Amino acid sequence: MATKTFPVEASHILMFARSVGDDNRVYSDAEYAKGTEAGGILAPPTFAQASAQFDPDYGLRPKIGQPWFGSGKNATGITRAPGGGGGGGGGGGLHAEQHFEYHRPMRAGDVLTATTTPGKTWEKEGKRSGKLVFSESVTEYRDQKGELVITARGVGVRTERPVEQPAEKA
Amino acid sequence: MALSAKSLKVGDAHTARLVEDLKRTQIVQYAGASGDYNPLHTDEIFTTQVAGYPSVFAHGMLTMGMTGKMLTDYVGDARLTKYGVRFTSQVWPGDTLDATATLKAITEKDGAKIAEFDVKTVNQAGVEVLSGYAEARVDD
Repeated sequence: MATKTFPVEASHILMFARSVGDDNRVYSDAEYAKGTEAGGILAPPTFAQASAQFDPDYGLRPKIGQPWFGSGKNATGITRAPGGGGGGGGGGGLHAEQHFEYHRPMRAGDVLTATTTPGKTWEKEGKRSGKLVFSESVTEYRDQKGELVITARGVGVRTERPVEQPAEKA
Repeated sequence: MALSAKSLKVGDAHTARLVEDLKRTQIVQYAGASGDYNPLHTDEIFTTQVAGYPSVFAHGMLTMGMTGKMLTDYVGDARLTKYGVRFTSQVWPGDTLDATATLKAITEKDGAKIAEFDVKTVNQAGVEVLSGYAEARVDD
């Protein structure tokens, strides 16, 4: 079980909404947002994923002073990819599924506590990538009153080899 | 603006274009905002030479995020109660994506009307890249 604090900030929401191409002013304009049903700046539906920014152990962010598996002088900084955390799959892993249950809207100003527990793991033989190992994790985001805001369930998959591409991409 | 149950019928479909000719820069933008810096999404050298893919590809969560805009534009802000997906094919730079929500049922929960949708996103070749569901509170 891993716990982290996730401060939901308006500037982070603005950047996240831009990155998914969402220009809805409820994510960027406090005055406008006040007059909507939401009553203030909201987080977009998949914003909980950005809590990775606040996970000190998140495996898919370069850490100061530590080796990183992306390219520099060489095509990779280290020969073996580190295991990644979270539902997004680790180094060498891919994200297979993501599910959110919204108990109440997530808003700018919320300070959430995210608690992640590992779920099931299972294996499957894939046509396009050899043996697949799936692993699930469930994260509950609670507010300062301890009330549940979002439940997130992620499934990551490790593939035996890169996923084969349809002919058009080969 | 929220939807109203009266104006919906099962089978209604809403489609929106999510992105045309997806740029590598948008994938970089998503990496920065989400905090997922997996080089598979932004580092062409690592991805082609080490990981063995033809090019970098989008985060599944970028596709889910863009598809989320189609949903919230349709059902209204702060109306989603559930949203879940499977990533069924990779999304590449240059892809153009369209997402569709199709009404499956309207149910009632705690006195509120809930619309249940199938959600699907396809690329320019018609290949499904995301498949899932969403539920939203709608007005009577």
